[in-house]
Order: sequence, then structure tokens, then C-alpha cells
Amino acid sequence: MKKILSIAVLAVVLSSSLFAAQAAETLNGAGASFPYPVYSAWAFEYNKISGVQLNYQSIGSGGGIKQITERTVDFGASDAPQKPEKLATGKLLQFPAVVGGVVFVVNIGGVKSGELKLDGSTACKIFLGDIKKWNDKQIEAMNGGMKLPDADITVVHRSDGSGTTAIFTDYLSGVCPAWKDKVGGGTSVNWPVGIGGKGNEGVANYVAKTANSIGYVEFAYAKQNNLVHTKLKNKAGAFVEPSFASFENAAETGTFDPKQDFYLWLTNAPGKNAWPIAGATFILLAKEKTEANKKVVKFFDWSFQNGDAKAKELVYVPLPKTLKDKIRGYWKANGIL
Amino acid sequence: MTTEAKKRNIPDLLFSLLTGLASFTIILLILGILATLLTESWPAIRKFGFFRFLFTVEWNPVKEVFGAASTVYGTLLTTFFALLFAIPTAIGIAIFVTEIAPNFLKGPIGAAIELLAAIPSIIYGMWGLFTLAPIMSKYIEPALQKWFGSLPVLGMLFRGTPLGIDLLTASVILAIMIIPFTASISRDSFNLTPSVVKESAYAMGATQWEVVKDVVLPYSKLGVFGGAVLSLGRALGETMAVAFVLGNNHRIATSLFDAASTITVTLANEFAEADSDLYLSSLYYLALVLFGLSFLALATAKLFLLRAEKKYSR
Repeated sequence: MKKILSIAVLAVVLSSSLFAAQAAETLNGAGASFPYPVYSAWAFEYNKISGVQLNYQSIGSGGGIKQITERTVDFGASDAPQKPEKLATGKLLQFPAVVGGVVFVVNIGGVKSGELKLDGSTACKIFLGDIKKWNDKQIEAMNGGMKLPDADITVVHRSDGSGTTAIFTDYLSGVCPAWKDKVGGGTSVNWPVGIGGKGNEGVANYVAKTANSIGYVEFAYAKQNNLVHTKLKNKAGAFVEPSFASFENAAETGTFDPKQDFYLWLTNAPGKNAWPIAGATFILLAKEKTEANKKVVKFFDWSFQNGDAKAKELVYVPLPKTLKDKIRGYWKANGIL
Repeated sequence: MTTEAKKRNIPDLLFSLLTGLASFTIILLILGILATLLTESWPAIRKFGFFRFLFTVEWNPVKEVFGAASTVYGTLLTTFFALLFAIPTAIGIAIFVTEIAPNFLKGPIGAAIELLAAIPSIIYGMWGLFTLAPIMSKYIEPALQKWFGSLPVLGMLFRGTPLGIDLLTASVILAIMIIPFTASISRDSFNLTPSVVKESAYAMGATQWEVVKDVVLPYSKLGVFGGAVLSLGRALGETMAVAFVLGNNHRIATSLFDAASTITVTLANEFAEADSDLYLSSLYYLALVLFGLSFLALATAKLFLLRAEKKYSR
């Protein structure tokens, strides 16, 4: 009995001292689920050299914003950029961390990846339900008389609220006044047509199972699963493939402004080769918590220097160097680097 | 009372205190949940009112117009069709197990029904998406469309492209999920029929069908009804299985091949990214509506079961 007791006491003492050591070096973050894999990959490497643990809960952007506003975490993460006015009322700082984007996936008999071309106006009409069949003249004209089936288009969208939908609907609002009028942009919207799948995997599944369908998923998800994507006409008028190059071009030509806390939807970037449906995901910090912020910034600064390869491996688009320098300037100006 | 008696009473007292405490926790919990739902949904209640919220179809997070009509409609419709498919099947199972099956079959069938109840709902959802939905869209739904699509009123129910991700598939899955409840409660109620009465009927030359129809069913109909309403409660609240195959759309479906949405599915889908206060509050309001619906359903069931018990305990 005595022996058991002493072992128990020892265990309690040991574990509590372990907890104490951990608590001293833990960063708590919460928010968007989209960047979760890359944040945890970076954190794993960072932990090896610094001993700092990152505890990131991917509870969704809405939750991330809420938690950092209530100051229950060291940083929040959001797929949607927050407006400078909103940041000011919440006393928050904001900077982008990594870029991702959205691609169209289709399931049309005989059509291979990158064969079908779309532009903003046709995509918008499909998602509004105005173009109902694949052999519509507007689609065929764009594709140089490519033979498309005389079949009803099934639209597949996300059923859960998500940053992917926010980026996608912001793009449609930008290229199509009718969309902006009738539907608008947001994490979930009132879809005029189609069926809703839960998560990227849900959308991809419905598209794979439904002939003559079109949906949208994250670039990373489409790439990892070799889904059939389309080309898309960008703001400069070129048809581009979704690739690292076209996403990087979008990130480089987007006008991120530190004075606006980097508030920018990266859709319809002006670059010649830019993929039009890109978006950065953002980190939010509590302005007055300088000490905690320094630790968070140290982690992201390290990741910006050492994490590009890892990010690409996971199919995230690293920020271009010019943007990273701008962010460092922003950190310095706020006294947290 | 002597000290000796008091001493002996202490464990008893402690015991009743502890069990009482455990029971009152339940009541406290329910009241707590109700209070939370009410306070969290208060902004939406003030903005939309009760009837306006209940009868507005639009669910538009962008414009911040929220109405429960489409989700309540979807919830009631999937539940209705699920019960329509499940209750006859379940009663059939129960009759077979209690009256017709030879003894060596009763055990295995009973075990199979209970196993069906033990399968987690997400498994049903995945099976529905990967197995049932393709079968529905390829074979069953086109056939239904061919047979019934041209009928005047009934044909309305079979319009549209059969995608397999729709009200019909969701209702079928729900039906499979609630069959075990209805079947086992029906079985228990059938077993309540006194054997003397049944044997007398047989002695008078009644056939098996007549005994079931005229003796067993009238004796146990309240119990069966109670079981059905309990399954209704379960169908109302089912989330994951339905989320996979319902298509998740905030529209009033007119065809069985339309996508729809239910209250719980909407909550599961949209809670994490609800980014405005009114949006979040409206989701809580939806939860409150479901709380009310389920309470009504279960209260009715309880009432009928109580009446059934009273009638037959006499």
C-alpha cells in the first residue's frame, strides 16, 4: 500500500512539473482549419530548435476571431481578412501567413484536366443557374467549338460555412455584378442552385459521383487528389492553369498594404499569369499583449525563413519575399519584432 | 428513535441524498440548456419574432435575413417519410418475431435488430453516400420517375434530375436507423398481450392473421404508437447520416429528388464559421425551435405510453 502511494505521489509531482515546463513555452492559437496542416508542420520543426509548443485548435475562422477578441488565445487565425475598422474596435493586429486558393473541378465525360476553359461571366452564370447545359453557346464559343454534352449542369457547392466559399463568392462578386446583387460574398451564402457537400471532400465526392457536375475546392485538395480542374480567364485576359506559379503571381501582384493591416481579398489579382481565385489566410494578434505577440511573431518569422519548402510540400503557396519584408516592417512598426 | 437506529439510517439517508442529487442534476441540465438557448438566441428572437422566423423561407447569411421555414420543413419532411417507410416494416418485424417465427429464429432476429441500433450514425451516412446514393440515382430513382413521373399530382414528387443525394435517400437512411426502435418497442408491446386472450382466440378457430389483427394489435396499439413517436424524436434530431445524403439546401423542396436541409444539419454545417452575431444567434434560435419540436414529440409519446400502461395494468 505504501509503495503504491509513493508511486502515485511521484507520478503527480512529475507530471505537474512537466505541465509547468510546458505551460511556460506554449503558444495558443485558434481559428481557420484551412492552414492548420501547414501551421502544425511549421510548429513541429520550430519545436525542435526552440522547444516552443504550438497548440493550435482549428475551430474555424469565426471561432478564431471570437477567441482572440476575447483574449483567450495568443493568436487567432482567419481565412477572411478583417477590415481595419473592425481590427481597430477589437484592438487587433493582422498579417497574412500563407496563400491558398480555389479551383473549379468538373466531371464531364471525356473532358480532362485543364481542357475546359471558363471565364468569370460563364462561371457566374452557371452558379446562378442561368446557363443550364454544358453545350451552351457561351461555353462552347470560349472553348473553340469543343464538343460538350447536351446535359444539365449539376452545381455542387459547400454546405458548411467556410473560408473557401468566402474566397470563391468574393471572386464571383468581383467578376459578375448579377452575383453581387443577388447573392454576394460570405462564408455561407444563399445558393441559387445546386447541392451542398460537406467540406472539400464532400464537394469532390459529389462531383466525382455526379455526371456533368461542377464544383469548387481548395487548390491543395484538388492537386493532392488529382481532380479534373478547369482553366480560368484572369483579369489580364489570359487563360491560366491553377499552379504554384499562377498563385505566386497572384500573391506578388496583389496590393497588400501594411497601413490597411494587409486587408485584401486576393481575387482577380492583376498579374499576367495570376490565378484569379486566390486568397491569403491571416493571423490576428491582440495589440496590447506585446510579450505574447513577440513569441508568436518569432515563430512566424522563423517559418517565413525556413518553412517555404514544407509549405509547398503540403501544397500551400508561400508568401513572396517582398510581402514577407512588408510584414516584418509592420511587426517592427508595432514593436513586436 | 435510539442512537442505534439512527446509525443504521445514515447510509440510507446518504444513499437517497446521492441518488436524488443525481436525478435533480438532469432537471437542472435541461433547464440550463433551455436558458442558454434562450439567452443566446435572444437577439434573433427580438429581430425576427416568432412567427416571422418560423415562416420565412430565406436563409441568407450575407444579407443577414434568417428564417427557419426551409429547415423546419426539411426536418419534418424527412421525418415524415422516414416514419412512413419505417413503421410498417418495424411492425411487420415485430409481428413476425412475436407471433410467427419459430423459437430458434427469434433470438438471431432480435439480436440483428439490436445490432442495427448500435451502428453509429456516421457509418450510416458514409454507407448512404458511397453505396446507397449511387444505387438510388442509377436504378431506383429513374425507375420511380418512369412509373410515377407522369401521374397528375403524385408525379410532382418525382421531378428533377435523380442525383441520389436528396430527400428520398435521406428518408430511406433515416428509416433504416429508426426501425430498431420502433421494432423493439412494438415487440415488447405485443408481448404484453395476455396469452390467455390469444389462446382463447385460437381456440375459437381464429387464424394467425385474425389473432394479430383483432387481438394483438388492438391490445398494443398505444404502445406501438408510443414507440413510433419515440422514433420520431430520434429522426428529428439525427444529424450526421442525413448531412451526408441530403444535399444541404435552404429551399422548399417540392420533389423527393430535391436537396433539402434539416435543423441539425444546418447547425453542424454552419456553426463553426458563423461570423456575425445575428447569424450565430439565429443558429441558436433554430436549436431552440428543435428543442421545442422534440419536447412536443416526446411529451406526446410519454402521454400515450402512460395511458397504455394504465389501461393494461388494470
